[in-house]
Amino acid sequence: MELAKSMMIILLTGILTDNFVLSKFLGICPFLGVSKTTSGSLGMGCAVTAVMVIATAVTWPLYYFFLVPMNLTYLNTILFIMIIAVLVQLIEMVLKKYIPSLYKSLGVYLPLITTNCAVLGVTLLNLDNGYNFLESIVCALGGGLGFLIAMLIFSGVRGRLEKCSVPKAFSGMPITLVAASIVSLSFVGFGGLVDGLFGVA
Amino acid sequence: MSYMKEFTKGLVKENPTLVSLLGMCPTLAITTMAFNAIGMGIAATFVLVCSNVVISLLKNIIPKSVRLPCYIVVIAGFVTLIQLLLQAYVPPVYDALGIYLPLITVNCIILGRAEMFASKNNVATSALDGLGMGVGFTLALFTIGSIREILGSGTWFSGTDLMITICPEFMEPMTLFVLPAGGFFVLGCVIALVNKIAHRKPPEATGCAACPNRGSCISVETESAASNTEEKIEKKEGDN
Repeated sequence: MELAKSMMIILLTGILTDNFVLSKFLGICPFLGVSKTTSGSLGMGCAVTAVMVIATAVTWPLYYFFLVPMNLTYLNTILFIMIIAVLVQLIEMVLKKYIPSLYKSLGVYLPLITTNCAVLGVTLLNLDNGYNFLESIVCALGGGLGFLIAMLIFSGVRGRLEKCSVPKAFSGMPITLVAASIVSLSFVGFGGLVDGLFGVA
Repeated sequence: MSYMKEFTKGLVKENPTLVSLLGMCPTLAITTMAFNAIGMGIAATFVLVCSNVVISLLKNIIPKSVRLPCYIVVIAGFVTLIQLLLQAYVPPVYDALGIYLPLITVNCIILGRAEMFASKNNVATSALDGLGMGVGFTLALFTIGSIREILGSGTWFSGTDLMITICPEFMEPMTLFVLPAGGFFVLGCVIALVNKIAHRKPPEATGCAACPNRGSCISVETESAASNTEEKIEKKEGDN
């Protein structure tokens, strides 16, 4: 019960209160770049979630069973980015060969994920927070789902934005950022939610 | 003369943050204080200049097909270097930048300059290009950081000896500007201001012109647009 509770706290924190995109600013490029259509947001969000969970599952054991005993922890950035690059390539190849239908819907998003800071960010954050393996996986899942939800909400907002006439200087990126600011502000409202639900101080 | 040009183009005309719209994550995340913004700018400039020099030296050795992973490894190496240097000599900056310091590795300004410039030009121009872009990035971060700190906390350069209190005691600073929402808002307004001053046609909504992933990004856009129209057509047929 204790375990389930702490997992729920990490999951909900990742999705709502500490949303990766809207409060930690990780993965802004795809958030602003691919969120024009709902289908694009859905595909990108799912692909990012999957890669985040798999990358965490690979980098966590590597860090604690390889880098820490060898006293090489300062190499974590280099190692992690290489692992992520290889992993993304590998997932792409496996999907292409064995699950072509899934590859067709998610394949285009995969090459974009290597340089997505949310993926490298979550692997490093897990180390910073000192999470154990299970907690790290849940944190990655929560972060990915939070990214997905933010993308989906924002694609809806952008759909409306397209039809508005905005001042010339603001058209394009500036108005998109201002809209993102308002979406981010609405997530501030979730502030005390997790603490209130589970009664933690 | 042309060397001077390589340096100055990054400052204003091709400013990586405000004109090319690259490297949004650090721009938004660490600009709550002007001092942090300068720290991030200097760290990124260091990595940018060093990686541009090394990649320009290696441009004939690195095979075309694996160039992006090679660039990332070179960049990650320099990021680790600056991480260790900051941790040893300027621990307050190291603590303030936190996770965003290792994330310089995936900053698209650096990868973008490696792909667009350093892999095609000689060492001297690449170094100057990196320096110009880095200083431009620092200036943009400093501007946004100053606006957010002055409006949001009522101080300027807090965390240093130069700290100036701008907001009088009896006034409550607008905390909104220090929140993530304020970051998006101020960046949006600053870009709009630059557009207005430059009388420039606003760039496309996704400003990833220099992003090495642009090719796949565009294929995503067209693909999802295509599937949308397909869905619509199918739906219409279904309705009929």
